[in-house]
Amino acid sequence: MVLNKLKDRVNGNKSLTERGKWVNLSFTFGVDNDDYLISIKNGKIIQIQKRNLATESGIFAIRAAKSTWKEHWRCIPKRDFHDIWSMLPKQLIRLDGDLLPLIQNLQFFKDLIASLRDGKD
Amino acid sequence: MPNFEPIVGRYFTIYVDGQPCRIYVEEAGDGIPLVCLHTAGSDARQYRHLLCDETITKNFRVIAFDMPWHGKSNPPPGFRDNEYRLTTELYKETVMTFCNAYDLVNPVIMGCSMGGRLTLHLALEQAEYFRCVIALEGADKLEPYYDLSWLHRPDVHGGEVCAAFVSAQIAPQSPDEYRWETLWHYMQGGPGIFKGDLYFYWHDGDFDDRSPRINTKNCPVYLLSGEYDSSCTPERTIDTAERITGAKTTIMEGMGHFPMSENPELFKKFIYPVLEEIRGA
Repeated sequence: MVLNKLKDRVNGNKSLTERGKWVNLSFTFGVDNDDYLISIKNGKIIQIQKRNLATESGIFAIRAAKSTWKEHWRCIPKRDFHDIWSMLPKQLIRLDGDLLPLIQNLQFFKDLIASLRDGKD
Repeated sequence: MPNFEPIVGRYFTIYVDGQPCRIYVEEAGDGIPLVCLHTAGSDARQYRHLLCDETITKNFRVIAFDMPWHGKSNPPPGFRDNEYRLTTELYKETVMTFCNAYDLVNPVIMGCSMGGRLTLHLALEQAEYFRCVIALEGADKLEPYYDLSWLHRPDVHGGEVCAAFVSAQIAPQSPDEYRWETLWHYMQGGPGIFKGDLYFYWHDGDFDDRSPRINTKNCPVYLLSGEYDSSCTPERTIDTAERITGAKTTIMEGMGHFPMSENPELFKKFIYPVLEEIRGA
């Protein structure tokens, strides 16, 4: 699973974890019909697990098709796929739940997800 | 002495809507006046590369000012009691008052984003005054795609959220240095100013019903939009061009919403031919 790399890439990025040091929550990250819960403590990912039960839920959810994430993570993504907020007007992404902590830390979450971009190793 | 840039910055006061507004303006160069309008929520620092570009300033007098409430221009007295909201009428009055105060003769006007939209209004209503208009990322109609109230509320840092929203509008190819300088301007905007500007850009300033009336023989229109612009998309720019007979369109590959500040080197490739054509006209 591509998300396996996410924890190491995020936690190894000092600038990113420093910017996220006030973030303590779990959010839902959707790939096609699969949901994953990404838990963050003080800006670092402490756990990524597949959502198995309906009662397991993040405070907000970011979901897109696998093909959309694949394009997002290319070194130079096509237009509309290059940023979560550029996916919004094209409805390539769906946001749900309490968006306040997402908006409060928007650049952090954008950079966290984009950590899987090719060439970021 | 330090190696000064050629930009000279000054202040003066204009009256807009009966209110005194202390304006900050920067200029450089000689020749055809080229008035530059910044994007929503930012300021005229976006044009610093044009102001320092001798290829341009040897033929153009480049003039870039901060709109009231933006950059180093003040809000009008008593601003604390009023929510800032840029209307089409207020925007037009501000720009025309500025140009008239400057005593400019037959200037070119170039604006980006909301500034680009305004130049379309001016191409119709001030066709005799302006030599031509250059609308960067300036389609005549957009579709809102997020809730503007996020931009001004006490539990969200205004500077951080404005920058995070517009960072999506910068092309991935743009140099990091200039990407973050462009975002820095957004981080420094006053509370609620980006939101107030978007009232014009997303709502009040819609112009698709009037843009077909622009006569490009009287006032030529140049439309330049970046491939990676998510609001003024290439498609919306082409739609706008189809409504304005004679408009000349350039889609800037590898560019986002802030051509003059996010990738100034690449922007030269697109803006030089336009300015050369204007000079030769």
